[in-house]
Amino acid sequence: MPEHLFTSGHTACSGCGQSLAARLVIDTAGPNTIVVNNTGCLEVFSTKYPESAWQVPWVHSLFENAAAVASGVEAALKYLGTKDTINIIAQAGDGGTADIGLQALSGMLERGHDILYVCYDNEAYMNTGVQRSGLTPFDANTTTSPIGNNSKGNPRPKKPLPEIALAHGIPYVATASVGFPQDIQRKVKKALSIKGPKYMQIHVPCPLGWRHEPQLTYAIAKLAVETGLYPLVEFENGVKSARQIKPKPVEEYLKTQARFKHLINNPEELKRVQAVADSNIERYNLKLQ
Amino acid sequence: MKEFQEGSLAVAEIVRMCKPGVVSAYPITPQTHIVEELAQMVANGDLKAQCINVESEHSAASAVFGASAAGVRSYTATSSQGLFYMAEVLFNIAGVRLPIVMTCANRAISAPINIWNDQQDAVSLRDCGWVQVYAEDVQEAVDLHMIAYRLAEDKNIMLPVMVNMDGFVLTHGIETVDMPSQEQVDKYLPSYTPLYKLDIKNPMTIGPLVDPDYYMETRYAIQETHKSVLGMLPKLTEEFSKVFGRTYNGLVEGYRLDDAEKAFVAMGSVCGTTKEAIDSMRKKGKKVGLLKISCYRPFPHQAIYEALKNVKKVAVLDRALSLGSYAPLASEIKSVFFGKKKGPQTISSFIVGLGGRDITVHSIEEAYKLIGKKETCEFIDLKPELLKENYA
Ligand SMILES: Cc1ncc(C[n+]2csc(CCOP(=O)(O)OP(=O)(O)O)c2C)c(N)n1
Ligand SMILES: [Mg+2]
Repeated sequence: MPEHLFTSGHTACSGCGQSLAARLVIDTAGPNTIVVNNTGCLEVFSTKYPESAWQVPWVHSLFENAAAVASGVEAALKYLGTKDTINIIAQAGDGGTADIGLQALSGMLERGHDILYVCYDNEAYMNTGVQRSGLTPFDANTTTSPIGNNSKGNPRPKKPLPEIALAHGIPYVATASVGFPQDIQRKVKKALSIKGPKYMQIHVPCPLGWRHEPQLTYAIAKLAVETGLYPLVEFENGVKSARQIKPKPVEEYLKTQARFKHLINNPEELKRVQAVADSNIERYNLKLQ
Repeated sequence: MKEFQEGSLAVAEIVRMCKPGVVSAYPITPQTHIVEELAQMVANGDLKAQCINVESEHSAASAVFGASAAGVRSYTATSSQGLFYMAEVLFNIAGVRLPIVMTCANRAISAPINIWNDQQDAVSLRDCGWVQVYAEDVQEAVDLHMIAYRLAEDKNIMLPVMVNMDGFVLTHGIETVDMPSQEQVDKYLPSYTPLYKLDIKNPMTIGPLVDPDYYMETRYAIQETHKSVLGMLPKLTEEFSKVFGRTYNGLVEGYRLDDAEKAFVAMGSVCGTTKEAIDSMRKKGKKVGLLKISCYRPFPHQAIYEALKNVKKVAVLDRALSLGSYAPLASEIKSVFFGKKKGPQTISSFIVGLGGRDITVHSIEEAYKLIGKKETCEFIDLKPELLKENYA
């Protein structure tokens, strides 16, 4: 029996945050779990035939339909009478979740399936070469939100996907970060102890897409949380709790990544990004009292 | 037992008797009566299936993909735009070799939006790897669903099957149907045991990334399996007739072909009208017959060759187009005879009944008059006055 349910030997880039988070999630969920995976980096780097990193039953269908495929798996297990002993995890990237897969996700949440949906948020379409998604942060330089004379990068803030999930009235919504592994484990455990649809969104740095040193993955993930740019929040039956922080200036986070390089000597733009963090801090009451 | 029954309700009834564990569909005219009836059966406790009311056809196909991958017999139904919305999932279902059965209530495609019957929907998806069979009447639609599950779940086949029935004509038409008993259905269709499934005791990766070193063989395997379907279908229909007493060939069926000099070729409910036209023309001494194509994918080249090799003139009736080229069925019928010693002198191609335009005995007789005179894509029942209005 291998040490992990997601084994080494896959082809992820060094420092890939998504691979670390995926391993934490499945190791926490345990062997009695079926995984349904959207198209994206994770699927590509973990299942190149004839090898697979997955030690649990795992299925890939398409880019936008993990939530719908998982709904079918769940219905089948209910029919077979085995649902109560088996976890179902549907997982996808931010693009597969917030954009093209949003309809299938909404359907899954609204219908009340007993599924944990995990979005690995590396803040762009990485598998196809760093194009912007609905979860790309404000001002990030991507291949489809490039900087130029008329552009400071991505013109819009992140889509509030946790709130969109929450608006479905589901029992559990959480954000997490690969910078806080034990927090991921705790949240996965809690999510799987609850019946019904659960949504988790995990911030996972991508050295290639964010253009940072691979050894900085954890540090950068932590900084995103500590600046207030990636709040760690949890909604259990709608009741909110959040990880408290002593907010650091956003520049500390931004300067670690070349996707934000154009902001560093631009006090005006820095202020705007700081405003995003400040609004998060206020909205979720993040400041350590 | 013989019943006077609407096509959709008869299909829902036979699907119930096939005992799927998961049903997922999204409403679209003219498929709706089938899935409404199934939902009612589940609500009444008459069908012990999980019914997933998804938010789109893409998700309907995805949900049955998931259910079937988890090892449970699954069913969906759609039509027209819904079928197209499913398209990428349909390729995937065939690629992963999941034995799903779907009813397609054949309907025209937008634009202009039109809810009435032709076969453009299914014919456009002929290359997605699904077996496609076409029903002539409600009885055949009912019977094909049982045969479809047997075929799909056969361990040497493991491919999805689309049962096509013309929208409204068959879905809403009321006909006398001989409904089997549950015992008969159980005898013909045993419960499903999957070869592979998502199983925590035997974890498998299903649907991996396959690079150029391995991809082509997976496609080749499906192509080869389609050849096996051509052998399997007649066996399954023979077995079928032993249990139910009704005989089908499974691939093609000739009607008054033995001494025919001219023959129509068609799929679906138009075959009924064509037979009627043939009977009346026969009375006038015309040696004409029909070859009904029951199985469109795989395309039964050999069976068609055998059936038509001695016919002098063939007329293919298409209820779909391949815009910009020959009509789909006609071009394939022509391909059957390429390089063969025997075969018809002419193969004429007629387009009939698009977007629900009535196909009458008169339509068929009009086509008959043009056999051998027109070779490619002659539209029957066009209204010249409308063409003038638009383009004058
Ligand atoms: C219908 C469809 N559209 C587009 C694609 C191309 N595509 C594959 S993966 C991908 C990006 C995935 O981005 P994300 O979901 O964020 O996952 P990541 O690779 O970043 O982990 C895209 C655009 C596809 N496979 N299918
Ligand atoms: Mg991404």
